[in-house]
Amino acid sequence: MFQHDRLNNEITLFQKIKNLDYILLISVILLSVISVFVMYSTDGGDILFHTKNHFVKLIIFLPLMIFIALFNIKFWHNLSYLIYLVVILLLVWVSFFGIKSSGSQRWMDVYFFVLQPSELMKIAIIMCLAKYYHRLKIENVNSFTSITIVLSIILIPTIFVISQPDLGTSILIALSGLIILWLGGVKIKYFIYSFITFLISLPFIISFLKPYQKLRILTFLDPDRDPLGAGYQIIQSKIAIGSGGFDGKGFLKGTQSYLDFLPEKHTDFIFTLFSEEFGFIGSVGLLILYSIIIFRIIRIGSISRSNFAKLFCFGYAFAIFIYIVVNLSMVLGLLPIVGSPLPIMSYGGSSMLATMIGFGIVLSAKINNKQMIA
Amino acid sequence: MIKSNSGIRKTDVINRRMFIIGAAKIVVFAAIVARLFSLQINENKKYLTLSDKNRIREWKLPPTRGNIVDYFGNVIAGNLKVYQLHIIPEQVENFNYLLVRLKKLLNLSDKKITRINKLKSELKPWDSIIVSENLSWSQFVKINNYLYDLVGVKPVMTISRNYPFKDVYTHVLGYVSQPNEQEILDNQIIQERFVPGMKIGKLGLEKRLENYLIGTNAIQRYEVNAYGKRINQLEHQKGEQGSKIRLTLDTEIQKACAELLNEKAGSISVMDIYTGDIIAMYSSPSYDPNLFLFGISQDEWQLIRNNPLKPLINKTLSGLYSPGSTIKPIVALSALENNVIDTKFKVKCTGKMELYGQTFHCWKEKGHGWVSLKNAMKQSCDTYFYEVARLLGVDRLNITAEKFGLGKKVLGQYFDNEKKGLFPNTKWKKNNLGRGWVLGETLITGIGQGYIQSTPLQLCMMTAQIANGGYAIKPKIIVDSNPVSYEDAKQSMESGLLFDSNSESLLDKKLFKDKKNIKIIQEAMFSSTNERFGTSYKSRIDDPKYQFAGKTGTAQVKRISKRERELDLELEQIPYKDRDHALYVAYGPYINPRYALSIIVEHGGSGSKAAAPIAKELFKLIIDRHNLRDQQSNFERITI
Repeated sequence: MFQHDRLNNEITLFQKIKNLDYILLISVILLSVISVFVMYSTDGGDILFHTKNHFVKLIIFLPLMIFIALFNIKFWHNLSYLIYLVVILLLVWVSFFGIKSSGSQRWMDVYFFVLQPSELMKIAIIMCLAKYYHRLKIENVNSFTSITIVLSIILIPTIFVISQPDLGTSILIALSGLIILWLGGVKIKYFIYSFITFLISLPFIISFLKPYQKLRILTFLDPDRDPLGAGYQIIQSKIAIGSGGFDGKGFLKGTQSYLDFLPEKHTDFIFTLFSEEFGFIGSVGLLILYSIIIFRIIRIGSISRSNFAKLFCFGYAFAIFIYIVVNLSMVLGLLPIVGSPLPIMSYGGSSMLATMIGFGIVLSAKINNKQMIA
Repeated sequence: MIKSNSGIRKTDVINRRMFIIGAAKIVVFAAIVARLFSLQINENKKYLTLSDKNRIREWKLPPTRGNIVDYFGNVIAGNLKVYQLHIIPEQVENFNYLLVRLKKLLNLSDKKITRINKLKSELKPWDSIIVSENLSWSQFVKINNYLYDLVGVKPVMTISRNYPFKDVYTHVLGYVSQPNEQEILDNQIIQERFVPGMKIGKLGLEKRLENYLIGTNAIQRYEVNAYGKRINQLEHQKGEQGSKIRLTLDTEIQKACAELLNEKAGSISVMDIYTGDIIAMYSSPSYDPNLFLFGISQDEWQLIRNNPLKPLINKTLSGLYSPGSTIKPIVALSALENNVIDTKFKVKCTGKMELYGQTFHCWKEKGHGWVSLKNAMKQSCDTYFYEVARLLGVDRLNITAEKFGLGKKVLGQYFDNEKKGLFPNTKWKKNNLGRGWVLGETLITGIGQGYIQSTPLQLCMMTAQIANGGYAIKPKIIVDSNPVSYEDAKQSMESGLLFDSNSESLLDKKLFKDKKNIKIIQEAMFSSTNERFGTSYKSRIDDPKYQFAGKTGTAQVKRISKRERELDLELEQIPYKDRDHALYVAYGPYINPRYALSIIVEHGGSGSKAAAPIAKELFKLIIDRHNLRDQQSNFERITI
């Protein structure tokens, strides 16, 4: 076993590159290309600010993904706690010195780039918990101490992010964390109990929500109660998607979008624009592309020998899935509006950075799938 | 190994649990696909409509009104290109500078500038402000010359109503102007087609026929963005011009009427005695309806409003006059029909008649001596008709008079302002004044004075129905969908039946009991104009082609006092307001009559001096145009 370990360490760069998961890689690149075209459409068929920036970020972050993949999965395992801690520190820093914008304080200026640490936490929490469960004996999974520890690991960043305030991201962080608990073997009844508790305490939680958040929930329940105000986004989004029809209005011909009826079309509502222009066919195609990516990540997890890699891949696959589901449900009017980007497609550097880091670690797991981690 | 065992067990747990959520993921994705399907495939139509509703805005343009033409097809209410000046605030670089420039170029008032500024603050920046609705050609040229310096200014050519014959048709056509709120709300069609700047009929046929004349809006479809700004034009849907309406009127005769009544207050109506077509209908003085199109100025309005000759009143339909002696043919006819008198019946006129201590004067102080019906009509002997009326009684007279159209609206459905006048009887007085009828009132009714009130058009119709042999006609001013030729109308009348174009059935419209009686009246009217001592003998035409028969009338405006009777003042010596109205009714040519007319000159003095000479002038023209009119085919018929 030891020998095997060493063997893996001595894998050459050429072999590493050969061992990359090309289906995943091609899917990600394909998605990136699509995202550039969609961004071009949001700019009204012109290469403007958003298209340029999105393209530049892809040019930087795609090689970064490969670069991360070239490190042994063991390396990432070792760094997991540290990364988690650093991101926590960034969150603390942001909560004191962060840049304020439209009522929330989520960002920090790192000269060439405005970073949103909460996005990085989406990856960091998976790494941290994957490492914790990798090391935790199966007998101790349901012990009081371990449950307390993992809940703290989840709660600390969640609370920081909620207080920014950023409900959407905090929910995604919490869900990403909880899925590792689930995979790690925490008793199903705990999940059921806490779900019931959550439902019962929902009215109390709602009473703690900020007025605008309450409004969003009310609007979700009945978008027509204020069609020009709070309900406007969701109504316009549904009109755009619905009017796309079977084969869409055609590239650059999404009237809802280019006549500015669609809000936030670069970020949270990017799918709406895509769906308006490419229709049902295009939307299902995009979902299939995402499904391939998720499936490949799960597949890489299942062929990985180490539980850290397994947990990370499964957890990350679920996270990607949840991002997509939350975003699509939102634009399709199935969930209240919570700010949540669509991976790769949405404009936003931090989200893309986090996603690419995730893919990088998954690819690293693939290259080193035989790697055992003590 | 233990470690490794537990490791394997842990892996199993992870894989098993992965499998569970894997299955859940498929379900969730399927749900999302289902939602996409329902939005994009099932409800596609609904959302496509909503999306179009979002992006497409329609701009209605004012509809083009239908033309109104005279019997010969001459346009009497048409449309004219006008030049307007619009400002599009969004395109203006310096609004104040622009206003200063425009103020100089067009001599705009300060009030106008304030209004433009107010409009600017109310409208969206891409909505145009109308600075001037009607630029003169020289102003339009000037603006176009300086256009390089007037950024944001748009000279626009549009269409406006125009009345080429100015005041000749005002009382018939009315005019158009901007509608007020109530007028928009009251008419469904106007409400649907209303666009700022649109004008609607305010009076006359323009108002009555609004729904036919209005036309449909041209529609411009634009794609707009979320803020309502026009992005590009999608389509231009042409509007349809309103229906063309052809009137029975003859512009030449109408113009002649206007000239003949120049500077007088009065009215002339001319009617086809068989078809009921109104050939001319003029009320004097008139005013230019074009003044109202772009808002009449206060000065001009005051000038029209304060004119003592009352141009705003359509005297033909709303003017109520005592018919005076023009009623005598009806009195005589009624008496003949009721066998109260015959042609041999004579009355001795001594210049006055005493009844229960009251004196009733004849216009001729010395009296006419023994007069028969024919002579009484010819010389308009009042005493004769006092006696006839006394014998006949007002109730029998009323029946005949109403048969011939007095006391009833003539064109009721077309003009709101038409009055129905009054022909009294005993019952009417009892009901309305609460007192019993007095015999003296019968006497003065017999010479067309007292309660009796009639419109000039009623007198014209009355005369027409005597002229055509005593058959009812239905006067009309619009050439309708079933025009009846004069021959058909005449033939059906003489067979005792009248073709009614509205009910499309033959109706008995005989107004007499004995045709002979009508003949007697016609002959009496002939002698009044064409025999010596006839009241309108001086206005006769001997040429049988133009020869006409008529009856003069002089309607007192106030009671003549004994003193005034003794003074016997000349017309010029009496104050204008107190002068008698001059009336004349006539028909011609005497052989094969075709047209009847009524003329009234307010405060003109006597009918023989002021009104009958007008008939002489007019009959020449009317009969000269007779063939032209007959040749005019019934083109373009419309249904009203």
